[in-house]
Amino acid sequence: MDGVFDVLVKDGVIAEIAPAIRATGARVIDAKGLVVAPGFIDLHVHLREPGQEYKETVETGSQSAAAGGFTAVCCMANTNPVNDNGSVTRYILEKAAQAKGARVYPIGAVTKGLEGKELAEMGDMKRAGIVAVSDDGRCVMDARLLKNAIEYASMFGLTVVEHCEDGPLAKGGVMNEGVISARLGIKGIPSTAEDIIALRDIDIATYSGRRVHIAHISTKGAVDAVRKAKEKGIRVTCEAAPHHFTLTETMLDKFDANYKMNPPLRTAEDVAAIKRGLADGTIDAIATDHAPHAQWEKELEIDHAPFGVVGLETALGVSLKLVEEGILSLSALVALFTCRPAAVFGLPGGALKKGEPADICLFDPEKKWIVDPKGFLSKGRNTPFAGMELKGKNLLTVVGGRIVYNPADL
Amino acid sequence: MTDAVLSGFKGRHLLRISDLNAAEIRGLINTALRFKEVSEREIKKLPTLRGKTVVNLFFEASTRTRTSFEIAGKRLSADVVNVSAQTSSVTKGETFKDTVLNIAAMKPDALVIRHSSPGTALYASTIAGCSVINGGDGAHAHPTQALLDLLTITERKQTLENLNVSIIGDILHSRVARSNISALKMFNANITVCAPPTLLPPKAESLGVRVTHSIAEAVEGADVVMMLRIQTERMTQGLFPSLREYSDNFCLNARVMKNAKKDVIIMHPGPINRGVEIAAEVADGPYSVILNQVTHGVAMRMAVLYLLCGGAES
Repeated sequence: MDGVFDVLVKDGVIAEIAPAIRATGARVIDAKGLVVAPGFIDLHVHLREPGQEYKETVETGSQSAAAGGFTAVCCMANTNPVNDNGSVTRYILEKAAQAKGARVYPIGAVTKGLEGKELAEMGDMKRAGIVAVSDDGRCVMDARLLKNAIEYASMFGLTVVEHCEDGPLAKGGVMNEGVISARLGIKGIPSTAEDIIALRDIDIATYSGRRVHIAHISTKGAVDAVRKAKEKGIRVTCEAAPHHFTLTETMLDKFDANYKMNPPLRTAEDVAAIKRGLADGTIDAIATDHAPHAQWEKELEIDHAPFGVVGLETALGVSLKLVEEGILSLSALVALFTCRPAAVFGLPGGALKKGEPADICLFDPEKKWIVDPKGFLSKGRNTPFAGMELKGKNLLTVVGGRIVYNPADL
Repeated sequence: MTDAVLSGFKGRHLLRISDLNAAEIRGLINTALRFKEVSEREIKKLPTLRGKTVVNLFFEASTRTRTSFEIAGKRLSADVVNVSAQTSSVTKGETFKDTVLNIAAMKPDALVIRHSSPGTALYASTIAGCSVINGGDGAHAHPTQALLDLLTITERKQTLENLNVSIIGDILHSRVARSNISALKMFNANITVCAPPTLLPPKAESLGVRVTHSIAEAVEGADVVMMLRIQTERMTQGLFPSLREYSDNFCLNARVMKNAKKDVIIMHPGPINRGVEIAAEVADGPYSVILNQVTHGVAMRMAVLYLLCGGAES
């Protein structure tokens, strides 16, 4: 339901949505010319705490999210120690309660220590508050263990999120294997490393009759596989990251590690396939895979620099290009940031409805700005979009009725 | 050669062949030919780079390239310092950037960098504040090797234009192959690469070369044959089954040479594996210019150091 409405927030929940509301004593925010949307939900971020607080903390990550219009983020388990038991989950949630930004929903590990050998204590973590399980950063290479994980997790209503990458096939790789890697002499990660695991996982989900979610889809092969599976009614969902539908492998030309992420930037054909997948509903969510690193780490040799880029504060502006290009309507794009990701993990929020928690963002779809990493609230400055002109910026974020981001003082 | 071409090098970097145009490559070759004669003298020294400092900053083991740069610098009276540095890792030791900044703070005039990771020389050039010469970065580039190879070809063939050049061996991991392909294409060479599919870059044809898996086909009609070293670690990576089988299919031996042109030249950047990629009788035979390449390495690196650090105003 799109239109021009007033939204009344009272006691942290949405009290009323109507064409004109009279509420005496209420603080009025004039959203003329702005889009009032449900707060964005990011299914895939790395907040680095505990263990790597020099890269990001739950607090800075939560505030960076709020700046980008997100009111909830799901943080991956590859912390140190790994989030593979309830005490780590509770520690993250304790930090999140003090963070004054977006809500934080931890994702637990599939296997102890992300080692791919034994299942982690999913029940313990579920009671502590996880919303899904994933070994993200690594693939669960043992197919039997993955089958067990999908079946076991279903008992707790948890979805397994897979980082689809055949380990041995991708080993030592830095960028997409192809024409550009051939010329630059950079070690390649073949697209088939993602395709075959996506196909395997869809097959295991089919066999088990249970759900699987594919993280950061980056290849035409994987998008096509998900589309075919959905046509057959198989319970597979997937997400795509803004860099994967915006940039290609040619960006590696200067050996700049700010373009090094996993999965890597692929070809123009893959970018086109992801856009088609977003347009036809094959892809369920836009997720950032926000992966902050210290500047010195990204200045290491391309072989040694860690994978990953930040994305929370650029996701909206970069994704709005899809609307500009006519690939998505504005409301379809907003759905990919809100109700559709909420449905993937069964999270609250994602819609502006009477009685729901007041998680809201206000963005200006026309505001032009140039990406300057120095202005990020994230500790990470490792963006592949530095210097790019974007159109569209979040201006105000409300979480549970409380304004957590409002730099322009609307 | 115009002075403008030669004087245009001063203060620049040499990172990859695409930094150069054909006229500049000819300028480097002509300068190197003049320097070659210095190495034949009894007193093998020119005062040209007196007071200049060249640092060989090597993060990867090298005998030939390091010694070649060292001798080249010394024959031009530069002070040459060799630094063997550790490859950095994420968790321990000084980072690559900090090592470069520390060496750069000692104010060298040129920094020669060798590293196992591609792009390192390019990155160093953005922070060093002096001329950076790429002495080989991973599988990416080795521009001075390509230049000395072109010098060797020029001397033997009297031309660089329209030659049939075959490069045989581990193309996938070879910076020498990439730099030579890049350089030879500027002179309209017809380039063939020959290797098992597992030792070719993905979509190798995109490099502008013909691809074959038959060494007989590669050698036939070639004016120049460049052999590449095969490393045994490629075997343990599952890229080919055994040195014996590799050698059965890709060794340049007397039998294969029967199909070669009578004036073919055989090149190899070294170090050679006798009996693996090249038979001893071919490496030591009449078509081999392998040691000429080494001699030319010194002359070419003298030319590079001279033009980048000294300039050609005199």
